[in-house]
Amino acid sequence: MSEQTNSTDQSLSFDELPDAPPKRKIKLSWPGKIGIAIVLFWSVIVVIGPTISPYHEADILDEELFIVPGSDEIYPETEFQPPSKIVYLGSDYIGRDLLSRILYGARTTIGISVLATLLAYLIGVTAGIAASVGSRYLDMGLSRVNDALLSIPSIMFALVLIAALNSPGIFWLILITGFIYAASVFRIARSLGQEVMVSDFVEAAKVRGEGLWWIITREILPNIAMPLATDFGLRFVWVILFISSLSFLGLGVQPPMSDWGSMVKENLPGLVLGSYAPLMPAFAIASLTISVNMIVDDLSAATGGKLAKRMIS
Amino acid sequence: MVWRALLARLGISLVTLWVVSVLIFIGTNLLPGDVAQIILGQMATPENTAVLREKLGLDKHPVEQYLVWLSNVAMGDLGISKAGLGAGLGTPIVEMLGPRIDNTAMLTVLVGVIAIPISVALGLLAAMHPGTRLDRTITFSTLNIISIPDFLIATILVLVFAVSLGWLPSIVYLRGDESGWVLMKTIAMPLMTLVILCSSQIIRMTRATVLNVMSSPYVEMAILKGVPRRRIILRHALFNAIGPIVNVIALNLAWLVGGVVVVEQIFSYPGLAKLMIEAVQMRDMPLVQACAMIFCAVYVVLIFIADMATILSNPRLRHPK
Repeated sequence: MSEQTNSTDQSLSFDELPDAPPKRKIKLSWPGKIGIAIVLFWSVIVVIGPTISPYHEADILDEELFIVPGSDEIYPETEFQPPSKIVYLGSDYIGRDLLSRILYGARTTIGISVLATLLAYLIGVTAGIAASVGSRYLDMGLSRVNDALLSIPSIMFALVLIAALNSPGIFWLILITGFIYAASVFRIARSLGQEVMVSDFVEAAKVRGEGLWWIITREILPNIAMPLATDFGLRFVWVILFISSLSFLGLGVQPPMSDWGSMVKENLPGLVLGSYAPLMPAFAIASLTISVNMIVDDLSAATGGKLAKRMIS
Repeated sequence: MVWRALLARLGISLVTLWVVSVLIFIGTNLLPGDVAQIILGQMATPENTAVLREKLGLDKHPVEQYLVWLSNVAMGDLGISKAGLGAGLGTPIVEMLGPRIDNTAMLTVLVGVIAIPISVALGLLAAMHPGTRLDRTITFSTLNIISIPDFLIATILVLVFAVSLGWLPSIVYLRGDESGWVLMKTIAMPLMTLVILCSSQIIRMTRATVLNVMSSPYVEMAILKGVPRRRIILRHALFNAIGPIVNVIALNLAWLVGGVVVVEQIFSYPGLAKLMIEAVQMRDMPLVQACAMIFCAVYVVLIFIADMATILSNPRLRHPK
């Protein structure tokens, strides 16, 4: 109890100092606010999607469901049906409920992307900090390997690995994506880490006799956390687009699991028949990626756009 | 001194290309099990597996295999595709690649010719009037376009131009003897998709580059001493922005590789990327290797051009540290 009051007192007195730094305020624009709402919406769907979905993702709906009362049709068509009370968003190319598949697919697509991005960050940040605090040779070695990895177009790299592993499962998909994107995370983590390493306060900590681990956890990580968090958003968008593209090419998530990218691909023939089935999952991807980008845009505007510039190159 | 910097860059590019070739070779030889056995499938007997292993050079040490492959590639012999291997000799990859390379090159060049002038102009326009409604419209729409999947743009275009209006075919069927108007109509859909994808990247980066130059101290100096706006842009800003803009264009054409893969697949455009996807699906490893090498080589060359443009345009970079 006494500790608590103590700390509030301290923070109060710190704020009252005449040269206290201005409080960081992130002002969100309207697109940014809408973006946060959409991201929250999809996060909720990831958790409760399969629970609230009307059918199972692999259920091929019964023809009886589609019989209009009073009509003399006995075997109505179930493929590419327009939205109705039975299928709220219409049905897909073999008569499955599109809404259910989008709800299930949210978990697959977003789950895989989040895991792959986290993996990329785990590898990239660890190696990046190691390169910025380690010896010159370690830095040079890691950077050269990284340059080589970055000089292969990521989709080519993935295609070669997928061919070699013979249409691997989700585990390998996450591993491959995480590994490929670790290269770009390494670059930004290393450059941010190096900037902190040459700063005066790290110099002071070294003189004070603090160990390397203390410097990494108490000085470097807190100082690079904010820029990395913003970069995480951008990287996440790239990963979603990347994984969706792979699924779209038929080399990512395999059926009967639903995934937004492969849903676009499998329903593409319906476009000519006047069905909007391929557009729905594509819009789902777009809503998520645009939202994240809008939030990132606001965040980088708050940090003076310096960050955005670094992330372009 | 310029030459030394350029030679150093060329050296780095060659080393990169070599490392890429090693990575691709390791990548394609990762697969567990015996390639010969996988190729033969259920027809595999110990005898014909051994024969095929010898034919493919699989009985040699991996390093030796790599060296043989590399020297063959360097001499233009890309090996033999798995297609038709069971029946007889298999198709030489060089023969398969020829028409595909022509098609992809045609598409890429057309995309460049159309997208570069439009997007540089739009990027300059946005940068000259920052903060105006025009600038905000351009920035907002290009940000949206680069955030959505490539295939969504393609799907919407199909919906509008092929399904609703019925003007253009949704699938590219190239016989090889089309010319002029017919050809343009045939490849219009993939062309439009790639132009939209590529332009939005170039517009965004051109705008950022020019804004960067316009906020530099020497432009501020020029404004303060009363130089007319036109002269500032033409004499001061443009020359300093050309290098970065060429850099942006080269990087984006390289970035287009990913877009090409998806777009060629959607419209079943008979290009290199589609050939590679087919090769991946059939696990035709020599063909995968060949396609990946070509794509990576183009990528490395474009990055090299981008670096050269940067070095040539900025005298401070001409002296390698």
